[in-house]
Amino acid sequence: MVKESSKLAFNDGWQYAPAPESTDHFEVDNQYGLFIGGDFIEPANGRYFETINPATEETLSSVALASATDVDRAVKAARKAYNGPWSKMSAADRGKYIFRIARILQERAREFAAIESLDGGKPIRESRDIDVPLSAAHFFYYAGWADKLEYAFPGRKSRSLGVAGQVIPWNFPLLMASWKIAPALACGNTVVLKPAETTPLTAMKLAEVIRDAGLPPGVVNIVTGAGETGAAIVNHPDVDKIAFTGSTEVGRLIQRAIAGTGKKYTLELGGKAANIIFADAAIDQAVEGIVNGIFFNQGHVCCAGSRLFVQESVAEEVVQKLKDRMETLIVGDPLDKNTDIGAINSATQLETIESYLRLGQEEGAEMHQSGCSVPDRGYWCRPTIFTGVSQSNRIVQEEIFGPVLAIQTFRTLEEGLSKANNTPYGLSGGIWTDKGAKIFKMTQSVRAGVIWANTFNKFDPTSPFGGYKESGVGREGGMHGLDAYVRLEV
Amino acid sequence: MASGTRVPVAKTYKIYIDGKFPRTESGRYFTLENADAEVLANICRGSRKDFRNAVVAARNAFAGWSVASAYLRGQILYRIAEMLEGRADQFVTELILQGESKRRAQREVEASIDRLIYYAGWSDKYQQIFSSVNPVASSHFNFSVLEPTGVVSVLAPDESGLLGLVSNIAPIIVGGNTCVVLASEQLPLCAVSFAEVLHASDVPGGVVNILTGYREELTEQFASHMDVNAVVYCDGDPDDTKGIQELAADNIKRVIDRVDTDWDDEAAQNPYLIKQTQETKTTWHPIGS
Repeated sequence: MVKESSKLAFNDGWQYAPAPESTDHFEVDNQYGLFIGGDFIEPANGRYFETINPATEETLSSVALASATDVDRAVKAARKAYNGPWSKMSAADRGKYIFRIARILQERAREFAAIESLDGGKPIRESRDIDVPLSAAHFFYYAGWADKLEYAFPGRKSRSLGVAGQVIPWNFPLLMASWKIAPALACGNTVVLKPAETTPLTAMKLAEVIRDAGLPPGVVNIVTGAGETGAAIVNHPDVDKIAFTGSTEVGRLIQRAIAGTGKKYTLELGGKAANIIFADAAIDQAVEGIVNGIFFNQGHVCCAGSRLFVQESVAEEVVQKLKDRMETLIVGDPLDKNTDIGAINSATQLETIESYLRLGQEEGAEMHQSGCSVPDRGYWCRPTIFTGVSQSNRIVQEEIFGPVLAIQTFRTLEEGLSKANNTPYGLSGGIWTDKGAKIFKMTQSVRAGVIWANTFNKFDPTSPFGGYKESGVGREGGMHGLDAYVRLEV
Repeated sequence: MASGTRVPVAKTYKIYIDGKFPRTESGRYFTLENADAEVLANICRGSRKDFRNAVVAARNAFAGWSVASAYLRGQILYRIAEMLEGRADQFVTELILQGESKRRAQREVEASIDRLIYYAGWSDKYQQIFSSVNPVASSHFNFSVLEPTGVVSVLAPDESGLLGLVSNIAPIIVGGNTCVVLASEQLPLCAVSFAEVLHASDVPGGVVNILTGYREELTEQFASHMDVNAVVYCDGDPDDTKGIQELAADNIKRVIDRVDTDWDDEAAQNPYLIKQTQETKTTWHPIGS
């Protein structure tokens, strides 16, 4: 048993004064058009939809609802830019434009962070310290590749593909846009990108950056909308490559939809990562890793460590420490610098998460939530763990995409490994042990594309990211991320 | 029997699953004829059940083969080449039976042997070409290595019964994958004999499984099976390939299109073909005390 006195009690006697990020240093327009051919233009059908702040349910702005006609205009603009200036430009100059995007993003970093938190609900600490700097770094990294591609593919010449159609999710709106656009441009392609319908604002701000960086009109086009807009991009006959990040369900539809078209594609799909804690791990660090693994970004993370496996001899200690640590997590205003867990991205996603919470209990698992208060308005979910779950439980098998952790135990390394690999997904995994040989044994044997040993949820532009099995096809980031945007010739 | 006129012993052509040579579980066959409509052999008409059995064998074999050392895999591929060299005459004879000229038959067998040697040599090098140590900004050691994708189903080229078969199998298995292969329907003899070569070359049972049968009947299974991680196809009109790609989406299979490959060409062998059935795994570890 863990002694009572060891409990962390940050809220007793220590109150955090509100520390909100200011929002008076930037402007969000009331309405955003489509960024096509270098200008913001009206959608053909004149339709717009609202984007709200999930922490307050207040409307932030409205953005254009792009129809198939608009997507066609965007693809035509991208094709014209591809056939025109972009493919004729020297690779070094192409790189310089991408460097410019990185620099302007750094200059406007605070604004982007605040808007990302407003529109998406993520804590300002994460948008400020992770999303925005990583986005700038991503452009900076790929900018440098533009005139060095001959070194990336030994024995082969690389050629650009043409127009890349890119559809991104709402969990890391600006970062995903950067992951998509930067390598596409570096390899000489032009882009039509659709941000998620609940988080369009930083993409529209990125459009401003791209315009201000002086990129030739049409090199990057950004169209807002929902699933139908995405489908129009995927099905457009003049798109040469599809890059998608989102659910495995939609990924399957896309793979089917483009069958027989010859379009190249990369899919970065769902996950149900195992985070495996051995008895010889540094337990306090591991607990921090569990918290970061599942509660980072409200658990809206495809690589979230949503299945925890704890070696039986330390299971009681780990779960108790985790529960204690959960009590210290602050759920609330995403703009407050003290906030650990922000708002759930949308009412729809909150419903999904809550349906899984009911399901977990119906399946017989024991649910525990932290006792924190949450604001009256907005969409919130307290940090949640389930114990007493079995391998076949749906909360163990299916991606929830929320701050919900399913905890299981194991005795031997082999048992932990076989449980960890018992999933159709294979995006990421975590290993916690102080024994080096065990780290390598586990990192080699967990079938997933990214493995964090004694750490979790770390990202870097130089580090390839992507899944095995049903977690997707292809890699983004690093030298390996270039493959997706070139074809190779002898 | 008159002296000097011995009755030759004809070979029974069987399929190859899990290191064994069963007949198809379905008991069906089709007759292979030469251009003069003379019967060459009765060939197993493999079934969907044969395919499922082969996938089980390939999945079981993957556990060992995927972690076999690169050096060992290289030596085993080299051993396959040695065995093929020793039986070259048999393969030349079979190719001639199926309608090739002697000269072309010899060339195809030699090219097949050389292709195996080529990939044997890559076994412990492609990783070094395609891996990376990634200079992340945070205090972590970060590296990316290749690992085999898993079980690969292969619809081998119909027009190239031996060289096309070998050219597909070699890059898959040198990378630690296991596979289930549907041999050329028109030219199946060498595929069955090649299974015998594999069997004599220390290739663990189940690493390569070779079926014969009707493409039209089995393609759907090759593309849709939920425990197959990648599908390779080498023939087909656009409608056929569209169907394969659609079915592959059921479990996000990697789809590898090798249509219109000239298997005789130097370009049909390169390490990028190994990479097609590899996954990139990136590992992070903190640097600190």
